[in-house]
Amino acid sequence: MNPVLKLLLEGGRLSTAQMAQVAGLSAAEVEQHLEQLKKDKIFLGWRPVLDLSREAAAGAAVRAVIEVRLTPERGGGFNRMAERLCQFEEVESCYLMSGAYDLLVFVNAPTLQKAAAFVSEKLSTFGGVLSTSTHFLLRSYKEGGFRLDDGEGPSDRLNVSP
Amino acid sequence: MSNTGNRWVARHVASLPRSGIRDFFELVAKMKGQDVISLGVGEPDFVTPWHVRKAAITALEEGKTYYTSNLGLLELRRAVSTYVTAHFGVDYRPEDQIIITVGVSEALDLAFRAFCNPGDKVMYHQPCYVSYHPSISLVHGEGIAVPTYAKDNFALTAEALRAAWVPGCKILMLNLPCNPTGGTCDRVQLEAIAAFCREKDLLVLSDEIYSELTFEGTHTSIASLPGMQERTIFLHGFSKAFAMTGWRIGYACGPAELIDAMMKVHQYAMMCASIIAQEAALEALQNGWENVCEMRDQYHRRRDLVVRRFNEIGLTCHSPRGSFYAFPSTLGIGMTEKDFAVGLLREQKVAVVPGTAFGANGTGHVRACFATSYEQLLVACDRIERFISSAQNPPPAP
Repeated sequence: MNPVLKLLLEGGRLSTAQMAQVAGLSAAEVEQHLEQLKKDKIFLGWRPVLDLSREAAAGAAVRAVIEVRLTPERGGGFNRMAERLCQFEEVESCYLMSGAYDLLVFVNAPTLQKAAAFVSEKLSTFGGVLSTSTHFLLRSYKEGGFRLDDGEGPSDRLNVSP
Repeated sequence: MSNTGNRWVARHVASLPRSGIRDFFELVAKMKGQDVISLGVGEPDFVTPWHVRKAAITALEEGKTYYTSNLGLLELRRAVSTYVTAHFGVDYRPEDQIIITVGVSEALDLAFRAFCNPGDKVMYHQPCYVSYHPSISLVHGEGIAVPTYAKDNFALTAEALRAAWVPGCKILMLNLPCNPTGGTCDRVQLEAIAAFCREKDLLVLSDEIYSELTFEGTHTSIASLPGMQERTIFLHGFSKAFAMTGWRIGYACGPAELIDAMMKVHQYAMMCASIIAQEAALEALQNGWENVCEMRDQYHRRRDLVVRRFNEIGLTCHSPRGSFYAFPSTLGIGMTEKDFAVGLLREQKVAVVPGTAFGANGTGHVRACFATSYEQLLVACDRIERFISSAQNPPPAP
């Protein structure tokens, strides 16, 4: 496997310089691998993992998960409708699901009103949408692999042991 | 007569030396809160896999809070038997050839107490785990250290064994892969050691706690070699491969009459291992192999990183074939292991353990544990590089 992809799959917390040292490559080689992964559309980009419950980060503080039922479109099935839905900037992530509904849509909005407006004005009026069920996130316990409490690995682990 | 409480301490305990690890631990403890990166630990940085912890929680919820059989839960012994056959190629009967213990440490203590008469000689390779020599002393045995060398990648050789042998040697203690050197023996080397044991009629205590963390080639257990199962106590546990150090759970396998002798001591001294830890261990054996492979893969790549960086910055370091320890030499940069470890801790706040904590043959080396995150390892290596460069090019006197 591409050594850089392997490191990314492990959680990707390393800088490119650190990845170079870990994988025993030059920084330029790591960049080349990253470029190739981008070209292959495997690596889509970096983004920070933030604890939005912290006051300082509380900008886009309202997050909602919306279950969407759709009538599949002739010729395009769910895919074309999902791709159109993804054009809305409020949509953070969008997945086709098995089970009681079709799409699961994660939405970010600065205020409750704006999130509600997205559902009532944009989503529910979208052609083919049969129903929506909106759940607002109350509290996060784990984000992008990071636990938001003090995490695992107790601090009283001994510094020196046999 | 002394008036202090010391007058009640048994002579053989009073004469035990303090562990070199303990001295260093106290030095590091004084620097608490100073951003010390510790490569001084002897345990995985992983937390026990969640499904294993969950098994223990479930056992508690089900009210499993009682003693088990002295030998341990039969279901766990069956799982151990299956595991040891599959991974080490040796068959042991769950009914009378396996005993569950409170870590390998207890198993080792049981073995020494069960097999060593006062004055019996026990051979062990050195540098080695800190408890071997004291454990022998506690049963009034005599430890015979057999040196291993960096030139052999710290593998034990039959030649070194033969050179160290004296009449009265009864037991050979092995720990392959080895803490602190990461050294181990390939099959050919082990066959020569096995032949020596048969020739001298030695009982072998084989601590194989790091065996799953073998990075190159396959691990061979000495118990699997012809004529060795009947003279070997195979010691193993869950601490390292399954990241379960704090659970204190291990086991010993061997001929029924020898396991029975160990059980005699265990039933009076310990009764049984904690049932909660036994339940967790059972889950680890049944469903934890994938976790072991993931962790081994991580350690392997961390080893490659650390060994490469150490050699780049002037710390001559062999590539340990197993364990999660690097054991570089400080002599190439003109420092003793103690000066290096203390200076590095004071000036750059990185803790490594002086090799002499693991016996006199660890002189000129330090143990650096690479069971920590890439980020920490990279920063630690950079700090070590700064330390070496400032030690070799001290700033001009004002």
